[in-house]
Amino acid sequence: MEKRVVITGMGIYSCLGKTLDEVRDSLYNGVSGIVLDQERKDLGFRSGLTSKLEVPDLKGQLSRGQRVFMPEPAKYAYAATADALKQAKLDQDYIDAHEIGLLYGNDSTAEPVYKSVETMFRKKNTTLIGSGGIFQSMNSTVTMNLGCIFHLKGINLTVSGACASSSHAIGLGALLIKNGLQNIVVCGGAQEVNPYAVGSFDGISAFSVRESDPTAASRPFDKDRDGLVPGGGAATVIIEEYEHAVKRGAPIIAEIVSWGFSSNGDHISSPNVAGPAKSLEYALLHAKESHGLNVNEIGYVNAHATSTHIGDMNEAKAIDQILGAHKPYVTSTKSQTGHEMWMAGASEVIYSTLMMKNDFVAANLNFNTPDPELPALNIPGERVATHFDTFLSNSFGFGGTNSTIIVRNL
Amino acid sequence: MEKNELIAKMNSVLAGEFEVEESSITPDANIKETLELDSLSLVDMIALVEEEFGVEIKGQNVGQVKTFANLYDFVFDKLNA
Repeated sequence: MEKRVVITGMGIYSCLGKTLDEVRDSLYNGVSGIVLDQERKDLGFRSGLTSKLEVPDLKGQLSRGQRVFMPEPAKYAYAATADALKQAKLDQDYIDAHEIGLLYGNDSTAEPVYKSVETMFRKKNTTLIGSGGIFQSMNSTVTMNLGCIFHLKGINLTVSGACASSSHAIGLGALLIKNGLQNIVVCGGAQEVNPYAVGSFDGISAFSVRESDPTAASRPFDKDRDGLVPGGGAATVIIEEYEHAVKRGAPIIAEIVSWGFSSNGDHISSPNVAGPAKSLEYALLHAKESHGLNVNEIGYVNAHATSTHIGDMNEAKAIDQILGAHKPYVTSTKSQTGHEMWMAGASEVIYSTLMMKNDFVAANLNFNTPDPELPALNIPGERVATHFDTFLSNSFGFGGTNSTIIVRNL
Repeated sequence: MEKNELIAKMNSVLAGEFEVEESSITPDANIKETLELDSLSLVDMIALVEEEFGVEIKGQNVGQVKTFANLYDFVFDKLNA
């Protein structure tokens, strides 16, 4: 029999806050984490808009010998994971005595690559790059660091699926638990916020240029949207086999009901409707088969919607196509955070869970003029006080990778 | 730079980077033991000395520089060569 998968811990380091309570309050109050960054303008960016958060100073928490291998996303991920493990009541003694897995979404680590190459050109001596360069530069840097720091001994794998990376990480973790291969998996996603990672992304005109009003720049589904705003940080979700969590006396926060996925098999940057629709359809089909969940029970959809014209449009069409006459609230928390990319799947599961636990749906900020070309969705431009027990979270990425997670309250 | 000045600066830079008490750095102390260097962090010490003092410790010189006194002499001689 398929095992059930529950969330027993969450931790987040985001532009909306460094604790779950801070993030809940920011969601509730419609806070925007978007600013104009002069460094990006100095580097020739079309748009200097970005989310704002400081890199955590881990001196005093981790030794030099640990910190030297950690680039920016690994530092965010450490902060989020330490909090998530604490909430899940997984102390170091327990971790040392048990097999705990690690699946984390990450799809770039540009700053150490740039710095290593710059040193190579300048010094003509690879020793002078220092010992951290290789470990910081690899795409799996987050999982290699977290696995060593927390002494995790189960599966240890980075999931790279563009902006669906961490949603896929949660889905894969749930699959391992459902099949009895792991009891606990640390899942999540991290995203660097430095300009080097997104220079070319800016160069292909993907970003909003509404620099005169940064907090109004990310406006998913609004008629006047003009592109996304890059963001980042890290989010960690501890997922666990239900009976295991009960026996351990862990806090049981919510259940991962199902995971849907698909690939567009189409254009590298332009999304279509069929791929996302299939991801939604599979998630709902699996939820029906495993939990008897009816589509009408979905109370909230956390859309991928990044504030691009075609992306929001095609996702709206997919949601409308698959959910049909059922019209749950649909919002994009990217209106507050910008696009947290590799982190987004995990962070948006946390944002949605916080809303579910606190009986509200955060406002889809800047939804001032509904795009008349969009199908009719129930998108609130203001915060809504409402109770819901099941939500669906979409994450899509370049290359046409799609992931949908359905989560139920417990 | 006078040698005493160089020594003081080296002690400060190394203690700061490798997070040891500056008082633990004495001329006769073994560098690897005092700074708790392994094969990876030894690379960082070499990079740090080059970055801060413009002196590269290469090849067989790495094995010859065992104590802080060896290091002070090596860097001072290179700077004054």
